[in-house]
Amino acid sequence: MFKQAIAICKKDFRSEIRTRYAINALLMFIIVVISVIKFSLGEEKLSAEMNAGLIWIIIFFATSNGLSRVFVSEEERGTSLVLKLSSEARSVILGKLIFNTVLTFIINFFIIILYILITDLTIKNIALFSLSVSLGTLGLSAVMTIIAALISKAGSKGTLYPVLSFPLLLPLMLASISSTWLTIEGAGLSAIAGELQMMVSYTIVVITASFLLFELIWND
Amino acid sequence: MGGLTDIRLEAVNLTKKFDRKTIFENVNFELTKKSSVAITGRNGSGKSTLIKIIANLLTQSSGELNLFSDGKKVKKEIVYRYIGFVSPYLNLYDEFTGAENLKIASAIRGISGDNSDSVLKQVGLFERRHDLLKIYSSGMKQRLKIAFSILHDPYILLLDEPTSNLDLEGVSVVDDIAGGYKKDRILIIATNDAHEKSLCDSEINLNKI
Repeated sequence: MFKQAIAICKKDFRSEIRTRYAINALLMFIIVVISVIKFSLGEEKLSAEMNAGLIWIIIFFATSNGLSRVFVSEEERGTSLVLKLSSEARSVILGKLIFNTVLTFIINFFIIILYILITDLTIKNIALFSLSVSLGTLGLSAVMTIIAALISKAGSKGTLYPVLSFPLLLPLMLASISSTWLTIEGAGLSAIAGELQMMVSYTIVVITASFLLFELIWND
Repeated sequence: MGGLTDIRLEAVNLTKKFDRKTIFENVNFELTKKSSVAITGRNGSGKSTLIKIIANLLTQSSGELNLFSDGKKVKKEIVYRYIGFVSPYLNLYDEFTGAENLKIASAIRGISGDNSDSVLKQVGLFERRHDLLKIYSSGMKQRLKIAFSILHDPYILLLDEPTSNLDLEGVSVVDDIAGGYKKDRILIIATNDAHEKSLCDSEINLNKI
């Protein structure tokens, strides 16, 4: 199963490099949003809480733009049959999940670097900040992947994606924003332990549910 | 996969409905190796739907469809390993070349040895293997679909209108492949074309059930 999933993930990366379905839209979105933030802020300094909120708003809408492509492009181009005829459903969801997770990590790295450069943000606890963002990213890509599979079968794909994913992501977003804000201010592990535990459990539940539900979504 | 395994495909009272509309009902057949069948019927009679159900791409509304390998029932999740499938609604990846498409399919299937070159030669696409699929003609795409369907040497070959868009040479490629399959495996063709029908030894007419 893992070998097949890696093959699907590699195929998606090669496809993305050739077609740039997601990357172009994502980069444009990130640059435009961060530029708008910079222009509206001017020289004003934001609080840690506001910075954390803004970072996760950018991440949420950027991933809403790009991550649905993994399933939507397969359905739109009629290539999903290739996967259905060549592998088991769980290899497909694992492959797509790995692809989306790696893509989200790359996007988020880019967003945070750009955000820090433009807003002169100072992060006091870089290690725990990275851990918070990484766990949030993992949960986010897990939710976005299963929602992408679901909406790829629906008619109005573009509008459904953020609408369906937002309520599911709300607990994760709250924990991610809270731990990101606290680590920007320099909080230690004990201060964000609850948030980190919540993010880990949330991600495990979502990935488990995805594996159980995906076959029902994928077939028929 | 090879053609030695004892394979049996059995359908009992297979019925498909979309909402309340019955597409076909009570389809029964049993196919063992060395058998070939043409699924025929008017437009809208459910030929493609039936072939999709056999390929495990759709589920039936009622009835049983089982595949047996050496007397043991094959689990639904791994039916894809036994099946090669060609149809007008199957699309390969436009952004890859013919050879890349087959290599990717092999990798996803987990096939250890790469036989894409020999399959490409078999369908007459070897010379154009490095061209992107987006510049292939519809006939060349059809040949590549046929190559994709036999890449893993399946026990059952399901062909839905296999000679559509093909030139005479392409039709003869299909004839050769179909001829080879019905010798020691199972061949199923969904068609209304007289030539494609002639490739099979028996017929299921969905309008006469």
